[in-house]
Amino acid sequence: MEWILENLPHILELTLDHLLLSAPAVLAAFLLSLPLGRLAVRLPRLREPLVGGIGLLYAIPSLPLFIVLPLILGTSIREPLNAVVALTLFGLALMVRSAADAFGSVEEDVRLAAVAVGHSAGGRFLTVELPLAGPALLAGLRVVSVSTISLVSVSAVLGVTSLGSLFTDGFERGIVAAIVAGIVTTAALALVLDLLLVALGRVLMPWRRPVPRRSASRSAEKGAA
Amino acid sequence: MIEFRQVSKTYPDGTAAVEDFSLTVPSHTTTVLLGSSGCGKTTLLRMVNRMVEPTAGSVRIDDVDVATVRPVALRRSIGYVMQNSGLMPHRRVVEDIATVPRLNGVPRAEARRRAMELMEVVGLDPQLARRHPGQLSGGQQQRVGVARALADDPNILLMDEPFGAVDPLVRLELQRELRRLQDDLRKTIVFVTHDIDEALALGDQIVVLRPGGRTAQVGTPRELVEAPADDFVSRFLGLGEGRRKLRAAPRPGGGQVVTDDAGRPLGVLDDADGGPSADAGE
Repeated sequence: MEWILENLPHILELTLDHLLLSAPAVLAAFLLSLPLGRLAVRLPRLREPLVGGIGLLYAIPSLPLFIVLPLILGTSIREPLNAVVALTLFGLALMVRSAADAFGSVEEDVRLAAVAVGHSAGGRFLTVELPLAGPALLAGLRVVSVSTISLVSVSAVLGVTSLGSLFTDGFERGIVAAIVAGIVTTAALALVLDLLLVALGRVLMPWRRPVPRRSASRSAEKGAA
Repeated sequence: MIEFRQVSKTYPDGTAAVEDFSLTVPSHTTTVLLGSSGCGKTTLLRMVNRMVEPTAGSVRIDDVDVATVRPVALRRSIGYVMQNSGLMPHRRVVEDIATVPRLNGVPRAEARRRAMELMEVVGLDPQLARRHPGQLSGGQQQRVGVARALADDPNILLMDEPFGAVDPLVRLELQRELRRLQDDLRKTIVFVTHDIDEALALGDQIVVLRPGGRTAQVGTPRELVEAPADDFVSRFLGLGEGRRKLRAAPRPGGGQVVTDDAGRPLGVLDDADGGPSADAGE
């Protein structure tokens, strides 16, 4: 405990590093998954190769990927960009399937109605399909967010600073408090981001909240009268 | 006026949904496409707003081939009501009704004002405006669907079994309201249904369809009942099974009791010629 208090500024700094590695990766994985997931629904034949193929990325062991990527990207192994790209690929591997399922869950009737009232293809995607796929997208995004935050730690082995550095340092120097602080802070960060995503979902998708039963039935009576 | 000129729709796998179908839908009237499922009636309806492209023939609106109009612009100029309302689960009622005016560039406030007006026109409590469709009854949802279709005052209204999913009492009420609306608005309506009673109640012109989108008979409700073209039409109207064969018998209080072929009472017929006890039942 004493160690933690003494090193609090350091831990906070590492938390920020951790966040700066994971947040861009989660966001990039999310944004990339949208067109891919939509494409998978539009072209059912492409679905399995696309979703399954990208999903296989997750089978690549993380450490080798962190090491191989610099060769492809021309970055140095300790550069944060290297870690962000690797994390994005892992996030994408999870998120593409969620996105394909999410867009597939938009009811055909609603999609047809959106066509019938005269939405353009782009307008339909942005104003109808995306919001309606939202709940399922959010579910996938939460998984990606949590898994990315835990995965960031691995990059510490290569010397990219993050909360993972608390494990590597703590292990080398035999400071148990550092290891415990690393675990607790990583979990706390994952939890906070998860809660933020849930809150964001509530704000952006208000139609999912059930109305209080009493007021719903009261207005229904009025409507019928 | 909408004209179907020898339209066909054959899908890549060879099934023909519609074959060589021709029809003129006069302006300001209701034409009902009547047939059982799989007869191509929805396919025909969707050819009007280019949700389905015919593989042969053409559809013309006021002598313009719809194939020459951009689909998005075309759809924004035609009202469309579908079964299960097709409302947007994520939009509030008032936003959903305002969709087409908004797409056509009407400012938000103006579109909302119009949407509120339309809620009144279709008999919806304005308090429901801020609800999401999941919080409405089936009948209310269909009213919203109708309001949305009417929102930008289109000349043409396409209705695809709009009252198919609501219970019979609500359906009757919605049919009555549609007749009232049509008396005021005089739209050109193409209405798809498999319900013969609905067709007789709403159609100025009824098209009875055989499987494969072939016309069995076109006529007014009265023409169909008076002179069905063949057995198929006769069976479809239920003429053969005594459902439309009515009997009248004098009633003790005056007038006549009308029963169906099986003797079940349907209603009372007043003596129209002002017979001795015409008002006795009142």
